[in-house]
Amino acid sequence: MRNAITVPALTAAVPAARAGDGYWQIAWRRLRRHRLAMGGLLIIVLLIAVAVLAPWIAPYKFEQIDLLNRFAMPFASRHLLGTDDLGHDVLTRLLFAGRVSLLVGFAAALSAVALGTLVGVMAGFYSGVVDNALMRLTDIVLTLPIFGVLLLLGRYFGGGIVPIVAIIGLFGWTIAARLVRGEILRLKTQDFADAARALGANETRIIFRHLLPNALAPIIVAATLDVGGAILTEAALSYFGVGIQPPTPSWGNMLQNAQSYMWTSPWLAFWPGAMIFLTVLCFNFFGDGLRDALDPRLKL
Amino acid sequence: MGAYVLRRLVQAVPLLWLISLVVFLLLHVIPGGPMAAYENNPDMTAEDLHRLEHDLGLDAPLHVQYVRWLAALVHGDWGYSLASKRPVLVEIGDRLPNTVYLMGVATLVTLLLAIPIGIFSAVRQYSTLDHVVTTVAFMGHSIPIFWFGLILIIVFHVMLRNPLSGAPLFPGGGMYTLGMPFSLLDRLHHLVLPVGMLAVANAATYTRYTRASMLEVIGQDYIRTARAKGTPEPLVIWKHGLKNAATPVVTILALDLPALFAGAVFTETMFSWPGMGRLFIESAFRVDYALLMAIIMVTAALTVAFNLLADVTYAVLDPRIRYG
Repeated sequence: MRNAITVPALTAAVPAARAGDGYWQIAWRRLRRHRLAMGGLLIIVLLIAVAVLAPWIAPYKFEQIDLLNRFAMPFASRHLLGTDDLGHDVLTRLLFAGRVSLLVGFAAALSAVALGTLVGVMAGFYSGVVDNALMRLTDIVLTLPIFGVLLLLGRYFGGGIVPIVAIIGLFGWTIAARLVRGEILRLKTQDFADAARALGANETRIIFRHLLPNALAPIIVAATLDVGGAILTEAALSYFGVGIQPPTPSWGNMLQNAQSYMWTSPWLAFWPGAMIFLTVLCFNFFGDGLRDALDPRLKL
Repeated sequence: MGAYVLRRLVQAVPLLWLISLVVFLLLHVIPGGPMAAYENNPDMTAEDLHRLEHDLGLDAPLHVQYVRWLAALVHGDWGYSLASKRPVLVEIGDRLPNTVYLMGVATLVTLLLAIPIGIFSAVRQYSTLDHVVTTVAFMGHSIPIFWFGLILIIVFHVMLRNPLSGAPLFPGGGMYTLGMPFSLLDRLHHLVLPVGMLAVANAATYTRYTRASMLEVIGQDYIRTARAKGTPEPLVIWKHGLKNAATPVVTILALDLPALFAGAVFTETMFSWPGMGRLFIESAFRVDYALLMAIIMVTAALTVAFNLLADVTYAVLDPRIRYG
């Protein structure tokens, strides 16, 4: 009797795979039912659109200052979210800063995951000396107080977008590397890899054609979660004044600037932090849903 | 077990040595350095600069400097801070207890929040409470901790006032009121905001770990056995369940030392807390070689030690785990 009740409920919750459906179609259908992930994705798409279109939709010009209207309160003047110490329109600044923060987030996450994948593949595929050396390198990075090292590097090489992306990527690859190594170790002993080898495929072909595509799901999930992490790291570095330097705006350096005025204009600190929070939250929701959809066994 | 611990300790030596090499190179490769502070000083002639550089040993080739540093270290000499001229170990000895104090209290509060909430959430999986907890934990995990700290300062220090005295509701920095005799209440008062900042952000992460770990435990056979024997449900959860679910949580805590370091850097900078995190920021901006090396090496060594401690604790708490 119990079964008779639960079975229809189950089929309603999990739509049966239709004939001819591939892995990605099934995953997409699973993802679509994850409301928080879809909400996150929607907001991410909106944020990217707004960032790309910033020069056209911002209410003021980026460098325009309104000296008669410094420290304007939000919702009280022609400046919707108020103005900062130089009379910059805060909303305009937020839009332009979003471009920088999102760009850094995507670029840094991409380089970290690419580097991690490379290290992971090398370590997993060529076991022995290579594996040992690369895993010791991973141990070193994992044992270092990374945030301190990033602060030191940021102080000397920071300022621009490219150096910040480079140093975040250079120290952010360990999670992806361990993940990919594990996947490759698991995959390379499976029959299809042996079959490819028996058919005479060379190493490059085995890695790129047979092993990596099968390890793609955890790599994508790690990359998504990394974007949020990289945005947080950039903001933290900028908050300490060693990240993106003004006049290039980022949410982090807006926050650093706002801190100086917390006694007189506390609301200035609210907006940039809220934008970081919202963006990172959406990437985490989306990444979480993506993990459930692509590979529910995965622990990240 | 003894042999295992010994082997891990022996393995840690080359790891820490490699780290010291990497960090040493890193510090000396970055431009600037301690001499930069004097270069724009009009009272210093080129001759003075050379003499100072020679006195500090900075004119020697890099590998000679490294060997000197390592040789001194082996003899227990960590060098002198270039800024304060005091021995590095004295500087660290002054600051480390303050960080341990802050982080200890914060970690205690974190666990007292996270473990019960995570367990309730797991026991009532998919209930409204569970959904709220999971969502809030996600938010705590995503919040920029420095922004959260700033908001705490703005609300509880800048905006809200004590209705009796008119002073800020909570102090915005320091460990105690200067010039006041020791008072436990005053100490606690100063702890509220920095601990609040750390605990809320960390509790989010640990709630998720506890929940996941508890969910795994609840499905195990020994929980069913305990229930079948007629053990009251609270006892099943809080004794049999918690004991096993807490193990991975405690070990993650030990593995997370680098994150704790980052947390200390933020909190101590925002709340002018005289600890290791602020010492690091101060010496980073002064490129205080010996002090920076020491702080990073002490943190790395603690990380290695805590990793080992985590593995040993794991084995002690869970008899199924054996190390050969």
